[in-house]
Amino acid sequence: MKTFLWLVKREFWENRGGFLWAPVITGGVFLLLNLMGIIAAEVIGARHGINFGASGELRNVMSQMDAGDMSKVGLALDVAMYSSMAIITVVLGFVVFFYCLGALYDDRRDRSILFWKSLPISDTSTVLSKVVSATVLAPAIAVVVGIVAGMAQLVMAAVTLSFHGINIWQLLTLAHPFRVMGNLLGYIPVYVLWALPSAGWLLLCSAWARTKPFLWAVVLPVASGLLITWFGIMGLFDLPASWFWKEVVARGLLSVFPGGSFSTTHGGAHGVSINPSSGLNIFDLSQSWAAMGTLNLWIGVVVGAVLVAAAIWFRRWRDDS
Amino acid sequence: MNPVITARGLTKRYKNTAALDDASFEIPSGRIVGLIGPNGAGKTTALKAILGLTPFDGELHVLGLDPRTQRNKLMEQVCFIADVAVLPRWMKVHDAVDFVAAVHPRFDRAKCEAFLKRTKLTPDQRVKQMSKGMIVQLHLALVMAIDARLLVLDEPTLGLDILYRKQFYQSLLEDYFDEDKTIIVTTHQVEEIEHILTDLMFIRDGKIVLDTDMDAMGERFVELMVGSDRADAARALRPIDERTVFGKSIFLFDGADKAVLEGLGETRRPSVSDLFVATMKGTYQ
Repeated sequence: MKTFLWLVKREFWENRGGFLWAPVITGGVFLLLNLMGIIAAEVIGARHGINFGASGELRNVMSQMDAGDMSKVGLALDVAMYSSMAIITVVLGFVVFFYCLGALYDDRRDRSILFWKSLPISDTSTVLSKVVSATVLAPAIAVVVGIVAGMAQLVMAAVTLSFHGINIWQLLTLAHPFRVMGNLLGYIPVYVLWALPSAGWLLLCSAWARTKPFLWAVVLPVASGLLITWFGIMGLFDLPASWFWKEVVARGLLSVFPGGSFSTTHGGAHGVSINPSSGLNIFDLSQSWAAMGTLNLWIGVVVGAVLVAAAIWFRRWRDDS
Repeated sequence: MNPVITARGLTKRYKNTAALDDASFEIPSGRIVGLIGPNGAGKTTALKAILGLTPFDGELHVLGLDPRTQRNKLMEQVCFIADVAVLPRWMKVHDAVDFVAAVHPRFDRAKCEAFLKRTKLTPDQRVKQMSKGMIVQLHLALVMAIDARLLVLDEPTLGLDILYRKQFYQSLLEDYFDEDKTIIVTTHQVEEIEHILTDLMFIRDGKIVLDTDMDAMGERFVELMVGSDRADAARALRPIDERTVFGKSIFLFDGADKAVLEGLGETRRPSVSDLFVATMKGTYQ
């Protein structure tokens, strides 16, 4: 167990740039852009004499709101919190994707694998430490950074509005920062399981390819998808070729991008719509965990486990140093 | 005492060439064995088999373990430095020490730090900022602090200047080697390790062509230097090699009668490199 923790630590040392700095910088840039946007809006507003606060109109608006309107304000603030996470999430997807592709390949290329293999560490622990780094450590760091950025975003929005005469504490009580935090943290286990087939496939390519793991990882599924589309092979199983594209190609390559699991429970990740009645309920644990009850997720877990086992085998026996 | 390594019928084929062809040998404890062979003779393959890095046919026991199936256990007792510059470039000196200290049960941190103090390495230095010689110093400090029973060195000093090379082997001899440890080393710079070897193995085309300890080697092989007038007499004794230096003929004999040779001229123990060249004649033709 101690060895395993050190292996994960080692991954963090080596990939500090992707795991820590990429989300931190993304969050920072996002906040900075927002800040600049707010300042620009304030400056333009002041220049053109549009000033809600001084005339007290905005405060009046608030005082005239009913409960439904209030919840919309809270919703908007929650969206502000999620929005910083959303952009970090995209970056996380790329980080995990390329981390997995390089994890078992880069050290073979620069031959430092010979150093790692000179230590009494089993190849199983090595590969599993990389799976854990990709699917648990990287998202956990990203979520923490996302939460910090989200809180900053929330405070920024609230402070801006408070300049216009709205009570900052009243605003903050309308938002649900703790629920948002809980939802983000609670999604990590779903992500781990959902991302497993992708992580497994990418690690397998990383352990197996003699050169250009990226090309193999992408070309193999895409080429087989094209063949299947041309020859209509899926027709044999009474399935459209699009099934293959969605459930094999996209699932295998893109599941490391967080949020994919919503497509099984809500028809499509793009279909996530925010409306005042359901609010952001889709992000609630009761909803995001619904993926846990789908066959799709568990088949993916089994396939992922097989792919990881194959990666371990190649890590043990691939001999090209 | 049990031998550290026993190999019987070790065979490894790559597509159509045999990197190891029915090689059999035994290495006892407390030896420094030079595994010498021309390029592509199978040295590295043999070492990789011993380290469990490659599958092979035949029987091989290292410290009583099978490297194919018991590699994890084996690596607690075996260290290796293969070629240079295999330390990951992003690593800092203290990362390397922390990591090895955490995962290796036989690593002595104080020892390692003492070795590092003798070098110019600083704890925050990254491998990518080091010269080749410094990387090897770091690797050697890590390895020497591990109480292993077998140390495998595959061209450990390739690309180092002579100061680093001398220092490398001197440290090994003075601070590391003892009768419980065994070292196997391959290198092309035979002259530099000749004086530290206790045993010699020549490998050619995947076969062990010579396996002897250094004393027996001196008994069996004799170099004879004679003037040109006596060259024919020497040639009649069927030397395995002949060369001419400054008008004198130098012959190399395998198992000839020493007394007879001494009657002809000056005799001495051949150097490993001369013996190697004589043994490997025709390898690349």
